[in-house]
Amino acid sequence: MAMVDEPLYPIALLIDELKNDDIQLRLNSIRRLSTIARALGEERTRKELIPFLSENSDDDDEVLLAMAEELGVFIPFVGGIEHAHVLLPPLESLCTVEETSVREKAVDSLCKIGSQMKESDLVDSFVPLVKRLAAGEWFAARVSACGLFHVAYQGCTDVLKTELRSSYGQLCQDDMPMVRRAAASNLGKFATTVESTFLNAEIMTMFDGLTKDEQDSVRLLAVEGCAALGKLLEPQECVARILPVIVNFSQDKSWRVRYMVANQLYELCEAVGPDCTKTDLVPAYVRLLRDNEAEVRIAAAGKVTKFCQLLNPELAIQHILPCVKELSSDSSQHVRSALASVIMGMAPILGKDSTIEHLLPIFLSLLKDEFPDVRLNIISKLDQVNQVIGIDLLSQSLLPAIVELAEDRHWRVRLAIIEYVPLLASQLGIGFFDDKLGALCMQWMQDKVYSIREAAANNLKRLAEEFGSEWAMQHIVPQVLDMVNNPHYLHRMMALRAISLMAPVMGSEITCSKFLPVVVEASKDRVPNIKFNVAKLLQSLIPIVDQSVVDKTIRQCLVDLSEDPDVDVRYFANQALRSIDAAAVAQS
Amino acid sequence: MNGDDDDEVVAASAVDTSLPLEWRFSQVFGERSAGEEVQEVDVISAIEFDHSGDHLATGDRGGRVVLFERSPVTNSSGGDRRDVEETDYPPLRHPEFRYKTEFQSHDPEFDYLKSLEIEEKINKIRWCQTANGALFLLSTNDKTIKYWKVQDKKIKKICQVNSDPPGNASSSSITTACLGNGGGVPEAISSLRLPVVTSHESSPVARCRRVYSHAHDYHINSISNNSDGETFISADDLRINLWNLEISNQSFNIVDVKPEKMEDLSEVITAAEFHPTHCNMLAYSSSKGSIRLLDLRQSALCDSHSKLFEEPEAAGPKSFFTEIIASVSDIKFAREGRYLLSRDYMTLKLWDINMDSGPVSTFQVHEYLKPKLCDLYENDSIFDKFECCISGNGLRAATGSYSNLFRVFGVSPGSTETATLEATRNPMRRHVPVPSKPSRLGGIARVVGRGTESPAVDGSSSNALDYKTKLLHLAWHPSENSIACAAGNSLYMYYA
Repeated sequence: MAMVDEPLYPIALLIDELKNDDIQLRLNSIRRLSTIARALGEERTRKELIPFLSENSDDDDEVLLAMAEELGVFIPFVGGIEHAHVLLPPLESLCTVEETSVREKAVDSLCKIGSQMKESDLVDSFVPLVKRLAAGEWFAARVSACGLFHVAYQGCTDVLKTELRSSYGQLCQDDMPMVRRAAASNLGKFATTVESTFLNAEIMTMFDGLTKDEQDSVRLLAVEGCAALGKLLEPQECVARILPVIVNFSQDKSWRVRYMVANQLYELCEAVGPDCTKTDLVPAYVRLLRDNEAEVRIAAAGKVTKFCQLLNPELAIQHILPCVKELSSDSSQHVRSALASVIMGMAPILGKDSTIEHLLPIFLSLLKDEFPDVRLNIISKLDQVNQVIGIDLLSQSLLPAIVELAEDRHWRVRLAIIEYVPLLASQLGIGFFDDKLGALCMQWMQDKVYSIREAAANNLKRLAEEFGSEWAMQHIVPQVLDMVNNPHYLHRMMALRAISLMAPVMGSEITCSKFLPVVVEASKDRVPNIKFNVAKLLQSLIPIVDQSVVDKTIRQCLVDLSEDPDVDVRYFANQALRSIDAAAVAQS
Repeated sequence: MNGDDDDEVVAASAVDTSLPLEWRFSQVFGERSAGEEVQEVDVISAIEFDHSGDHLATGDRGGRVVLFERSPVTNSSGGDRRDVEETDYPPLRHPEFRYKTEFQSHDPEFDYLKSLEIEEKINKIRWCQTANGALFLLSTNDKTIKYWKVQDKKIKKICQVNSDPPGNASSSSITTACLGNGGGVPEAISSLRLPVVTSHESSPVARCRRVYSHAHDYHINSISNNSDGETFISADDLRINLWNLEISNQSFNIVDVKPEKMEDLSEVITAAEFHPTHCNMLAYSSSKGSIRLLDLRQSALCDSHSKLFEEPEAAGPKSFFTEIIASVSDIKFAREGRYLLSRDYMTLKLWDINMDSGPVSTFQVHEYLKPKLCDLYENDSIFDKFECCISGNGLRAATGSYSNLFRVFGVSPGSTETATLEATRNPMRRHVPVPSKPSRLGGIARVVGRGTESPAVDGSSSNALDYKTKLLHLAWHPSENSIACAAGNSLYMYYA
């Protein structure tokens, strides 16, 4: 290797690796572009490094992506804002590559840089760049251009502004659907920078054109524009120009467009204001809830709570609730599942009486749904409804649902319900829990699937935390200790696992008096797996119990284990012994 | 609006297209010398022109894709070619192609879960939107679709690096610079250099951009791009999936004809294609001879079709083969998307998507095989899947047959044009040459009759019919009367 000066050698290497054959090394160098720039100094960065990078745009996508990202924060390294324009050429060429993620990152970075540039620089270099891209031969450049107009427009002269607006108008009518899509999705951003006089005239004309595009994919992006533009327009303008479009979209021939409306409905309501929401959008929403395409109903059902928040309870009960009732017995399980995940949120909106009268039957029918996801979604949001009507009314139907889920054929469903048990426990209270659920928790400890047993052990710990160690002593510990004598070694192992999890919660005294004797007994098990798990468990008990206990009981037990015929047992026993010594050293 | 367009095209081109075309041999790639054995892996299994007609791709059983580009002789400037063509540039010569590049698209694989071998054979190639001067195409075998980018890349050589291996002359300058200044930092920094890249000649490089896999339980028979430029479909025997070009790890199932019990299976999907301009329309054909038109706007899962095109049940006696030969082997939309061409074993049919009562016209491809169906069944030839293609102006269609023959039919109303060509250097060798002069008088129409095989052809070729040399794959140039067709491992091109 050549003798580049010692401190510079790493940098020299980084620079060389910008062109290494190994993509990982190139990537690494690009990621540390700022280090290289700092070493080169501002001037050489501007004159050499940046032009060098500009010619680098045929590298692998990952490298280009990293480069686009780095350049976005490169202003300090080229000498501050007044030199920011030197960063534009490399990013411009990145704006024309065909990989979308690279282009998007380059556009992001350009926006970042452009928004910091001085107005004169913006006019001199940024606006021409946008115009070049917008007139680009390939669609990729034009797509990128759409995302830059909002930055270029601010601080422009009136002449340039007119030019930019007409240029954007052309992009909205581009031959390529990709470009029109980009124009549609960036229209809202561009509109925020445009003066209101032009907003009503020019931007709205572009918008109208996009809403009538023959490509579904363009129209559905225009839906997002509805919300963005609506917020910019005067209320009466919005009602006159946006509302009809939304209502039209909600009846579009293409389900994908209707799906977008359903998804965006909340934002659209905000845009048109509460009055129009009540008169015009409620019927539109009801139509969407009854759409013949399940995907649309899924999106609409998922918004039911948010939408009802915008209405008063009477309207919700009158118009929305009948649909909700229908959806609760929808033929698509996914619709029911989407409904179940939000419907609990309606309880606080409707209040106690209406909830009991109208919602409770729906909850109960969803709780008995044949599809486990639906039931799980209801149970997971139980706290919301509990606050309104109390658990007593629910508990009768709740319990069978929980028991059924607890014994579901699919272990993932069982796993999901276990994770809710601590939440249920806190909602239902100790009394209810003891009677009905306690047995289930122990039953899971002996599940066929390891993940369930593991989760069950964790669950016991969380219950102990929830209800306190005294309760745990009465209701959990005896059963766990019993399990240590189970004939099946996997179950004995699970008991040890539960002990190790619960010991920190239960505290030193109970650990010493109840757990430790059992563990020591287990160290004489005939199965090596149990024995080395005992060793591991003992190791984890060291910080919990007193030093005297460690010296008296634990060490002796480990010493015995360290002479075991099984190599694994000896290994873990020795490890535990070493950690005793380490702890002793640390203390002294 | 659509109908108007068609009428215009027909009217505008009626002047020069009323004459039957005189087909001439243009080029051949991979010609077989006498007695040469055809290697199985070299057999061409897919042909496709790109939208501009400047490029042609073929795929073969060995998983390779070969690209051809139009020779620049016809035009001086490569970049503005499209403009030139639009400005009524008279084609001085017929399109000639030259080899551009080739790459290994698919390799043989083994599915360990299902204990299935996955052949590398390319089933279909579809061109995508050109961007930044690079070509993009989709290729598929039975299970996996790949998205390829082919771009001219400059071969680069990097010189002037900071840390050269010892002994290299240029390293000494840095060393001396450092030593001379006693390691003074400012000077040393100036010794840091950026690598200098010198470019040499360029060559096309193919890179696989995306792999769309694990979405098909059955064999993929079709892929088709949507006019929106961002999605495409892939169809297997029982399902059609919708993909976004940019997302390779998920696809949406839009058609599923799999019955609950496989015993109930009576119909499979044989081909599928998007409408050329309406992003929401999609046609697929079935083994029962029907073509269904779907509207993707109606619902996410297109179980119900919006239009069904079926031949009205024929009155005559049904034989064991009736159902087998009804199976549609290929469908193609004409450019404006109003007409749809379909091929089944015996016939080529043209459908108007506004008329679902029956095909607009039916052309017999090889009527003389009718008495031989039993033989064809015994040697499995009856299951051969012949493709079809339609000319850019929608006036003619072509499809293949046995003995490396292919047939061109005039499909415009009133046209009686038919031609039978053989994929050799002398396409008219074994046939009554299409008389160029008399045809103007309509003589041939009277003698031959619409869409039927001339007796002479029948007599001469049926004896020597060779079931092994079949012409399955062919493509029509999008803007000119030029046909590329595959005969075994050879690619023959003809023009008129």
